[in-house]
Amino acid sequence: MLRTVTAIAALFIAAEGIAAGGGADLEPADIEPGNIASLQRGARNYMNYCSGCHSAQYVRFNTIGKDLELSEEELIDNLMFNAEKTFDTIRAAMPAGDAARWFGQAPPDMSLMARAKGADYIFNFLKSFYLDPDSPTGVDNTVLAGTSMPHVLWELQGYQAAVFEEHHDGDVTTLVFQHFEPVTEGSLDSEDYDEFVRDTVNFLAYIAEPIRSDRRKIGTWVIMYLIVFFVIAVMLKKQIWKDVK
Amino acid sequence: MARIEAEVGKPQGGFMKWIDDRFPFTETMKAHATEYYASKNFNWWYIFGVLATVVLVIQLVTGIFLTMNYKPAAADAFASVEYIMRDVEWGWLIRYMHSTGASFFFIVVYLHMFRAMLYGSYKKPRELIWIIGMMIFFVLMAEGFAGYLLPWGQMSYWGAQVIISLFGAIPGIGEALVEFIRGDYSISDITLNRFFALHVIVLPLALIALVFVHIVALHHVGSNNPDGIEIKEHKGPDGVPLDGVPFHPHHTSKDLVGIIVFLMIFSGVVFFAPEMGGYFLEHANFEPANMTATPEHIAPVWYYTPYYAILRAVPSKLWGFILFAIAVVLPLFLPWLDRCRVRSIRYRGWMYKSALSIFVVTFITLGWLGTQPAEGIYVMGARIFSFLYFMFFLLMPYYTSIDKTKPVPDRVT
Amino acid sequence: MNEDDVDRIDRNRRHFLAVATAVTGAVGIGAATIPFLSSLKPSARAQALGAPVEVPLGSIQPGEMVRVLWRGRLVFVLRRDEGMLSRFPDNSELRDPDSLVAEQQPDYAANETRSVRPEYLVVEGSCTHLGCAPLEDFEVRPSEGWGGGFFCPCHGSKFDLAGRVYKGVPAPTNLRVPPHRFVRDDLILIGQDTGAA
Repeated sequence: MLRTVTAIAALFIAAEGIAAGGGADLEPADIEPGNIASLQRGARNYMNYCSGCHSAQYVRFNTIGKDLELSEEELIDNLMFNAEKTFDTIRAAMPAGDAARWFGQAPPDMSLMARAKGADYIFNFLKSFYLDPDSPTGVDNTVLAGTSMPHVLWELQGYQAAVFEEHHDGDVTTLVFQHFEPVTEGSLDSEDYDEFVRDTVNFLAYIAEPIRSDRRKIGTWVIMYLIVFFVIAVMLKKQIWKDVK
Repeated sequence: MARIEAEVGKPQGGFMKWIDDRFPFTETMKAHATEYYASKNFNWWYIFGVLATVVLVIQLVTGIFLTMNYKPAAADAFASVEYIMRDVEWGWLIRYMHSTGASFFFIVVYLHMFRAMLYGSYKKPRELIWIIGMMIFFVLMAEGFAGYLLPWGQMSYWGAQVIISLFGAIPGIGEALVEFIRGDYSISDITLNRFFALHVIVLPLALIALVFVHIVALHHVGSNNPDGIEIKEHKGPDGVPLDGVPFHPHHTSKDLVGIIVFLMIFSGVVFFAPEMGGYFLEHANFEPANMTATPEHIAPVWYYTPYYAILRAVPSKLWGFILFAIAVVLPLFLPWLDRCRVRSIRYRGWMYKSALSIFVVTFITLGWLGTQPAEGIYVMGARIFSFLYFMFFLLMPYYTSIDKTKPVPDRVT
Repeated sequence: MNEDDVDRIDRNRRHFLAVATAVTGAVGIGAATIPFLSSLKPSARAQALGAPVEVPLGSIQPGEMVRVLWRGRLVFVLRRDEGMLSRFPDNSELRDPDSLVAEQQPDYAANETRSVRPEYLVVEGSCTHLGCAPLEDFEVRPSEGWGGGFFCPCHGSKFDLAGRVYKGVPAPTNLRVPPHRFVRDDLILIGQDTGAA
C-alpha cells in the first residue's frame, strides 16, 4: 500500500515539477527544499543582501524560525536586523518611495516571486548580470534585459562581460547572446557563487509557499486513509450487489 | 445504511410518525432513495453526476470559510488571499481545496455531459433535464469567471479585462454594456466588489436552485442507462422495474466507491500539485494585479480555453464574439439536432460514432490551442478545429437521420 | 448449511460492513472538520497584533490612571497613591475580597491589593457583568461610604480601587487582572508574565 501511495505521490509531484519549468533555456536551479542547512544559509543571504531593498511582506520571522529549526535567539541574532518583533513580517530597510525614486521602479516584494517566476528564473537571473556602460546601474541582465536592479552581488561574483554574436537576417541585425567572460574576480569562485545563489533561491522558493513540505506529509496520510476506506467500501458494495444478476 | 432501509420499510410509530404527519420524510426517502429504481447496468460514466454534487458541496463549504477571511477590495484582496494561505490556520488547505475544486467542477461536468452524449440521455423524455443541465453549465461558467477575479492577481485582472471586453463587440450597446458590467471605466475595486457579490450569493443560489430542479426532473422521468432503453417498460408483478435496483443501498454503495476514488485524485492535486503545472493556479496570478502591464502570455483558465480558441480563430471582434457565444449555446439544442431514434452509442451506426470521436478530439485540441499563443500554425489549427466543432452540431440532423443503427435489445444487457 | 444459514451469514456480513463503512466515513468527516474549525481560531496576524504591549510608567503621576489596549481589550493601569491604598472598603462589603476566583487574576496578583507591586493596579477595563467599560470614580464620598473605585454605567456594578466587586451589584466577580510583569521599575509588559513576575 505504501508503494501505491508513493507512486501516486510521485506522479503528482512530477506534475508539480512542470510548474518550476518556465523558460526553455534556463539552467536548472536544482534546489533542495528539504535541506534545512541550505535554507538557513539562504535566509542569511536574503537578510544580508536582499532585504535592504526587497520586502517579503507576507513572511513572518517566527514562521521562518519554526520551519528552519532556528531558536528565537538565533532568529534575532542572525536574521532580524531592524529591531523587529519575531512575529513581524520581512520589511525592506529602504522605504519603497525612495527606492522607486532611485531605481525608477520600486523593488518588487519577494514573498511570491518564486511561484510567479519559478526558481530557475531567479537562479539564472542572479547569475546573469553583465557590464553595460549604457545602463544607469552599469549592468544589464541577459535574463531580464533592461532591469533596473544593480548587481548587488558583484563583490561575490565579480563583474562579467557578455559576448554577443551578430545575426544578419536581411536588413535586420539581431544580437544573440553567446556566453559570459569574467572581467573582475569576486570573493567566491564560480562554483561557490552558484551554491550561494542556489541557497538563496531555495529560501525564496520556501517563503513562496512555507506549507509545501507539510502539505505533502498530510496528503500522504489522507490518501492512506482513503485507501483503507476504499477497501471497506468496495467490500460493502460487493456484498450489496451480490444478488443482482 | 442497511438499518435505515429497514426502518423506512416498516410502519412507524412514535417519533417518525410524529414527523411524517407533518413532513413527508419517510415518503420522500422512499420515492427518491429506497424505492427510486435506476438501471442495474450503470457503468462508471454514471458516477459524474454524483461527483458534481460532491464538488458542489466542497465548493460551498470551503467557499463559506474563505469568505470569513477574504476581503473584496482592490487594495486588500491579494494580501487577504496570502493571509489565508499563511496566517490562517489550515487556510492553505481550504484555499487549495477551493481552487482545485473549481477545476474539478469543470472536469466532472464535462465528463457528465459527455456521458449524456454517449448514451443519448438528452433525448425524449429527458430534454428538460439536459436543458436545465446546460443552464447549470452556463451559471457555472459565470461563477468560475467571477471567482477568478477575486484573488486580484495579474491573470485575474487581465483575464477579466479580456472577457468583459468581449461584450464590447455587440454593436450599438457594446461599450455601454461593458461599462455597466464593470461599474467603472476600467476594472476596479467596484468591479471586484460586485463580482464578489455575484460569486458568493447570486450565482451559488442560482446553481443550487438549478441543481435541485435538475434532480427533480431526473427523478420524475427516471435515469437513462448505457443501453438507452426504458427500464420502466418491463416491470415485475410488484411494480418494480425488472432491470432496476433501488438507488439506496445499491447505487449509493457503488457511488461511495466512486466518490472515494475521486477524493483520492482530488487529494493528490490538493496536497501534491495544487498548481497542477500552472493550469489550476496560474503563475502570473501570484503577482498582484498591475494595471500598467499585461502579462506576456495571457490565456483564460483551462476550462474556458476551447471556447477561447474559437473566439481567437476569427479575425473579427464581432464575429469572434458571435461564434464564441454560439459555440457555448449550441449543445443546448442537442435533443433536437439529434434525429436518431436510438439513444445509446452501443446501437448507433459508424457515422455518429465517428462524429463523436472527432468531436472529442476537436474539443480537447481546441482546449489546448486556447492555451497557446495566438500566432501562425496555432491560429490555423484553431480555425480548422472550430470548423469541426460547428460541423458536429450543424450536420448532426443529417448524419444522425441516415446513420444505420443496430437493433436495440428489450432488456438491459 | 441450508439456504437460511447462507442468508443469515450474508445479512450479518452486510450489517458489519455497513457499520464499518459508516464508522470509517464518520472518522473521515470528523477529521475533515478539524481544519475548518481550526481556521476560525485567532490567526497568526491576530496573534501578532495581540502581542504583549509595553506601558512606560514614568509619566504616570500618583493617583493617575492610563488606558491602554492589549489584544484590542481595554486595560487600566492605575498608580495608587498612599491615600488610595489606605481606603479599601471593609471586606464584608465585597463579594470576593481575597481573590478566590482563580480565573480573575494570575497567582501573583491574588493578594489584597491584587497587584505585583501595590503601587500599580493593572486590570482589564471590562465589567465582569456584560463587558461594558467601567468609569473611574476616584472621588472620596464618606457620606456614601465610597472610598473611590470603578463604576459601571451600564448596570451599576461597583468595584473598589483593587478592582474587587462590591456585594449587591450584578457583576459576579472582580475585574480581571491580565498577565503582566515589570520589565524595569518604570516599564510594564502587559500580556506576558514568563520570567519574574
